[in-house]
Amino acid sequence: MASSSIVFAGPPLAQYALRRADDALLLGHRLSEWCGQAPMLEEELALANIALDLIGQARLLYAYAAEIEAAGHDEDQLAYLRDAQHYGNLLLVEQPNGDFAATMLRQLLYSAYAWPYWQAMERSADATLAAIAAKAAKECAYHHRHAALWVVRLGDGTAESHRRAQQALDDLWMFTGEMFTADALEAPLITAGIAADPALLRPLWQASLDETFAEATLIAPADGWMQQGGRAGRHGEHLGHLLSEMQYLQRAHPGVVW
Amino acid sequence: MSITASLTRAWRIAADIADPELPMLSIADLGILRDVRWEDGTVSVLITPTYSGCPAMSAIADDITAAFAAAGIAPVHVRRVLAPAWSSDWITPAGRRKLAAAGIAPPTPGSAPIACPRCASMETAMLSPFGTTACRALWRCRACGEPFDRFKCH
Repeated sequence: MASSSIVFAGPPLAQYALRRADDALLLGHRLSEWCGQAPMLEEELALANIALDLIGQARLLYAYAAEIEAAGHDEDQLAYLRDAQHYGNLLLVEQPNGDFAATMLRQLLYSAYAWPYWQAMERSADATLAAIAAKAAKECAYHHRHAALWVVRLGDGTAESHRRAQQALDDLWMFTGEMFTADALEAPLITAGIAADPALLRPLWQASLDETFAEATLIAPADGWMQQGGRAGRHGEHLGHLLSEMQYLQRAHPGVVW
Repeated sequence: MSITASLTRAWRIAADIADPELPMLSIADLGILRDVRWEDGTVSVLITPTYSGCPAMSAIADDITAAFAAAGIAPVHVRRVLAPAWSSDWITPAGRRKLAAAGIAPPTPGSAPIACPRCASMETAMLSPFGTTACRALWRCRACGEPFDRFKCH
């Protein structure tokens, strides 16, 4: 039956693209959950626009992964027919929206990483990834600016907004460590100049966060225990719930189109 | 007709197609029509997205197919290209004039002051960095009091 789960079996380059597609899709989906519930109209537009950019990045990356895999899968099947343990996203992006502070801190932590990541990927030896990166870098820079403005406003706002922003930062910090690691699948791609070296991104990420946190009067937690496993398909319980909602239509009505 | 003459005609057909979200601009004005060429015995029209998630891409592809069919040219192959990446610098001078005439402030780099497209006052302020479409932000004129869209410099 067409609604059965599929397993992606592409080579490392395709897996690499698929993982980045998963990052963008899940964060985009999380942001879309704010639709109709944002604190004000302008923010409603902002969150939906950011979600649209991210889902657009995901589509380009899924399409590329499917093209390399050459197993007849398309971007929709990769998004809607894979089970949680076959998703290779960062744990950070699957975290629930929480309150507005948690959403904005998650957005800041991700976009402060994604912006320099995609900038570095513009120099990828893989022409398609470099082309996708050229668009994504500019989009993520814009998302970062927006998230940073909100984090400053919340952190340096009222006692309550400061408390919530600091709480969100404390809660999310343990999901940031895996952004800067590379597993056995990705290491050769880094050596080949196809993938950006995440270790080189860390200082850029840290410097931009330091600047935002100083203005926001927020304290970055000490690096303690870091959760890992997202890239290997070891996820928290939240991802299953997210997928059950996101994939429902395709699973219940296989192949349905708008 | 020679291939060159056919392609010139084909370019004119493609260049005439309006952008679905900015119908005062053609896809040539917007700089997303990249090329019209002869490939494997068919006309290929190359377009590029403004933003990764631009939802108008499919509608534009459909419009191109329909316009060529109406002109008696079929099949036509619409191909999306990503490189070189579109930026607001690809908007033509004519496109910039049409944006301003429609009340949308054309893109200007960095922190350059933005003129109100209605009264030309420079006393303008951003209301929201995100607007009605992926390519626009929402601004307001302090002089005439009108809100307006600004095309993002991207």
